[in-house]
Amino acid sequence: MRHEISILIIGLFVVLSTASVTAGILSMRAPKPLSSTLVNLTQRINAWWVMVALMTVAFFFGRYGMTILFGLISFAALREFVTLTHSRRSDHWVLLGMFGIVIPFQYWLVWTAWYGLFVIFIPVYCFLLMPAITALHGDTERFLERVSAQQWAIMISVYCVSHVPALLTLNVPGFEDRNLLLIAFLIIVVQGSDVLQYIFGKLFGKHRFSPNVSPSKTWEGLIGGLVASSLLGALLAFITPFSPLQASAVAFVACTMGFLGGLVASAIKRDQGVKDWGHLIEGHGGMLDRTDSLVFAAPIFFHIVRYFWTV
Amino acid sequence: MSKLSLRTYTLLQTVTSVGLSAMAWAVTGVRPIWSGSEPSDRQRIYFANHTSHGDFILLSACLSETERAKTHAIAAAEYWGKSRLRRFIAQDMLSSVLISRTWTSEAEHPISIMLSVLDQGHSLIIFPEGTRNTSDELLPFRFGLYNLSMARPDVELIPCWIENMSRVLPKGQFLPVPLLCRVVFGAPVVVGPGEERRAFLQRARAELLALNPRPDRDD
Repeated sequence: MRHEISILIIGLFVVLSTASVTAGILSMRAPKPLSSTLVNLTQRINAWWVMVALMTVAFFFGRYGMTILFGLISFAALREFVTLTHSRRSDHWVLLGMFGIVIPFQYWLVWTAWYGLFVIFIPVYCFLLMPAITALHGDTERFLERVSAQQWAIMISVYCVSHVPALLTLNVPGFEDRNLLLIAFLIIVVQGSDVLQYIFGKLFGKHRFSPNVSPSKTWEGLIGGLVASSLLGALLAFITPFSPLQASAVAFVACTMGFLGGLVASAIKRDQGVKDWGHLIEGHGGMLDRTDSLVFAAPIFFHIVRYFWTV
Repeated sequence: MSKLSLRTYTLLQTVTSVGLSAMAWAVTGVRPIWSGSEPSDRQRIYFANHTSHGDFILLSACLSETERAKTHAIAAAEYWGKSRLRRFIAQDMLSSVLISRTWTSEAEHPISIMLSVLDQGHSLIIFPEGTRNTSDELLPFRFGLYNLSMARPDVELIPCWIENMSRVLPKGQFLPVPLLCRVVFGAPVVVGPGEERRAFLQRARAELLALNPRPDRDD
């Protein structure tokens, strides 16, 4: 696995360096003051350096690193989601429970690989018990709206995100002890697809995909991004248990889900009247702005691998 | 106070203030938004909306460390002076200044206490609603803001909108829910020539309300 990881790190380093140099040259040649697109591009690339560095560190700490890192990502994402949506004074204890009980318990289930409870804890137990607690508080004002926002908050920020480190619990024959590479594959392909869609959209984008929801998404960006990231998936087949053809198919599905995740996230933000989820990452907005695609891709990717590749 | 205990005392206050600011950031990711004023070492009276015990911790977390050391929150003696522990937390750990709502002697007069703090060159954080607000509307302001400004016209009055704290730590709760908070610092409010007390307080209240970044929110 050392070998594959070295190749990945060198590859990412080369890609990011190229991006930084390109952005630097563009900024030098461009008329001053720099356009907001160019400033944003530089901020994004810088943030990518930080994120790749963080992921690399977490990688070296293996299962500990991944579980803790994604637990923290869940925390940041949940905080953004709950901040944005409606809640009332009487929801205090339910909200506390989401941070203090649901996140630690779900990640404990990931850690102990208790699959049976991991998949149903939030969609069954939390789904039923949280509205029960809210009802017991006796405050029925905008009840369904509050309860739905809470459900969505933990499904998106905790349940879906926890499927990334849960990849480490899968038992793929002939791929033992290399599951970290599944995480690397998923993240590189899905985040790469976001970047590729952005680039294709900026270069060739003409036809809006869904002007009501997300004006920046175009058909050209989508198709270009998906084709390119499927190829990227095939290229990365050597770090996975998949053949190149399978890898490109899996990448295609994951990136399509990622695209839909971005679309749904945009719809929620639009409904709540904001542009970004938060301000955590300079140039990227909040944690959910960066992970919305991963959130939708991770559970599907997890179950595809689990169904077709595990015993 | 002896030299040693004074040093311990200063150390205690520094550790508390750094610790609380770090905690405020970890829980709420608090960010200052300077919209009309800039961070400065000028003497100031920060006035803010008040919904939670966490309010002034959040506000002071947005100030630089040197500013924080010479900025004191004004708190109610009826609540914070009730027991020795509360008094220790409020006065010794948080270096806030206690005033009584039911003062009797002239020395206990809230305005004279606040003026004596200003005379040491220090800044104040005050909550002109006078109490933690549990309603959805900003309460009418007490007179203190106007009186302070008339007595010390060279001290800047900075309106500060504290976002979301009513949801993080509502009145009557002990554990904070981690939600993102911002503190919006507005342009200084000045008493106009011949401006009447009531008119000024209404204007100051309106200027504070105008800083709310999400006024359409109803929670």
